[in-house]
Amino acid sequence: MIRVELPAHLRTLAGVGREVALDLPADGRAGVTLGEALDALEARYPVLRGTMRDHGTGCRRAFVRFFACKEDLSHEPPDYPLPEPVLRGSEPLLVVGAVAGG
Amino acid sequence: MTGVRILVGTRKGAFVLTSDGKRQKWDIGGPHFAGWEIYHLKGSPANPGRLYASQSTGWFGQQIQRSDDGGQTWQSAGNEFSYDGIPGTHQWYDGTPHPWEFARVWHLEPSLHDPDTVYAGVEDAALFRSSDGGQSWQELSGLRNHDTGSHWQPGAGGMCLHTILLDPVHEGRMFAAISSAGAFRSDDAGETWRPVTKGLRSEFMPDPEAEIGHCVHRIAMHPSRPDVLFMQKHWDVMRSDNAGESWHEISGDLPTDFGFPISVHAHEPDTVYVVPITSDSLHFPPDGRLRVYRSRAGGNEWEPLTAGLPQQNCYVNVLRDAMDVDSVDECGIYFGTTGGQVYASADAGDTWSAVVRDLPAVLSVEVQTLS
Repeated sequence: MIRVELPAHLRTLAGVGREVALDLPADGRAGVTLGEALDALEARYPVLRGTMRDHGTGCRRAFVRFFACKEDLSHEPPDYPLPEPVLRGSEPLLVVGAVAGG
Repeated sequence: MTGVRILVGTRKGAFVLTSDGKRQKWDIGGPHFAGWEIYHLKGSPANPGRLYASQSTGWFGQQIQRSDDGGQTWQSAGNEFSYDGIPGTHQWYDGTPHPWEFARVWHLEPSLHDPDTVYAGVEDAALFRSSDGGQSWQELSGLRNHDTGSHWQPGAGGMCLHTILLDPVHEGRMFAAISSAGAFRSDDAGETWRPVTKGLRSEFMPDPEAEIGHCVHRIAMHPSRPDVLFMQKHWDVMRSDNAGESWHEISGDLPTDFGFPISVHAHEPDTVYVVPITSDSLHFPPDGRLRVYRSRAGGNEWEPLTAGLPQQNCYVNVLRDAMDVDSVDECGIYFGTTGGQVYASADAGDTWSAVVRDLPAVLSVEVQTLS
């Protein structure tokens, strides 16, 4: 089971709390990729489709970031393997909205 | 007993303001979708309980929300707006071809007859239609694929399709306006389109009378007389008496003919309202005085309406979708400002009062008259 932490607006949209748990990795699999985690998140909460990745291209939206274990995974490809602590559930995959204000 | 519901879209959420037919006391509901930009929300004429809302942020993109109880509860609808086929390009600011890219929904126009059918005007300019209550969207690509489409250019605010008018008399006729491509008409329910810009003149264009490139801000129609259209353009207030085939200027004695919204009285097809703004570079009322102007002659002769509106130190703007009317016997007029005020007049504009003063910047105001 992996944990995903969502930014405030996406929590409201999906009607969930700060963190959601996904039943990953799938049976018989050792690892989980970044793309698989996001696919599973969108499958469980369809309202999140298009909010993190563009509908047509699948590319990350410009003001969304993916962090884990103090690393920025935002520029990694979809088949990038999530770090071991995320797979164990001891660390969350963070979905972050870029800071802005003024 | 008649009631009135004002649907207010703002930079930071949606608000639903309700009153009885007297329109003196208002209940303020919201914010709905707090923190999100609500460019527009509008109710179905066929089922006033059915509302659609365009919810977006630069971070997380576009959502469409739908309500079946007049805005008390909402459900997410479909948010995939894919251009038909290979989208091709339009002109970018530097004159180079630029691929069509979806940014957001500016305007939602529910069908006059079917609550599940709704049109969406989007940026980059295109028209979409849903016939399943907003769950799925299909582009009416005859507009964007018009011969001139590859020459359309965005204005500074983006290339948005912001006005959709459905003709209640001529079946299949509809109008769309795009900043800054111009005005277009379809007579086959949106399958094919043609520009309707004859008579428009825009000095910022190399050819001021070119067919394409006019920065139309808003078009209004009275349902009893759909061949008559009123237009607030980047500069100039215009009128067409033949469904857009030609236009003539009716700015007349306005203090400035720059502005964004334009509306028609619910019961008087020749009574028109505009909110003059100083200029294209000064987006606030002339002299810091917020004045709605009314013409009872279908244009040219205008009177300022000031009672109850701030007449000093007022530097707000009123955006293109932020004015509407009710259809109570004595017509009510409503508008919202970028300063967060929503003003109402229950006597056709003679006197005004603020329904609410401190909302986020108002992007849109739509009014429902409930029986």
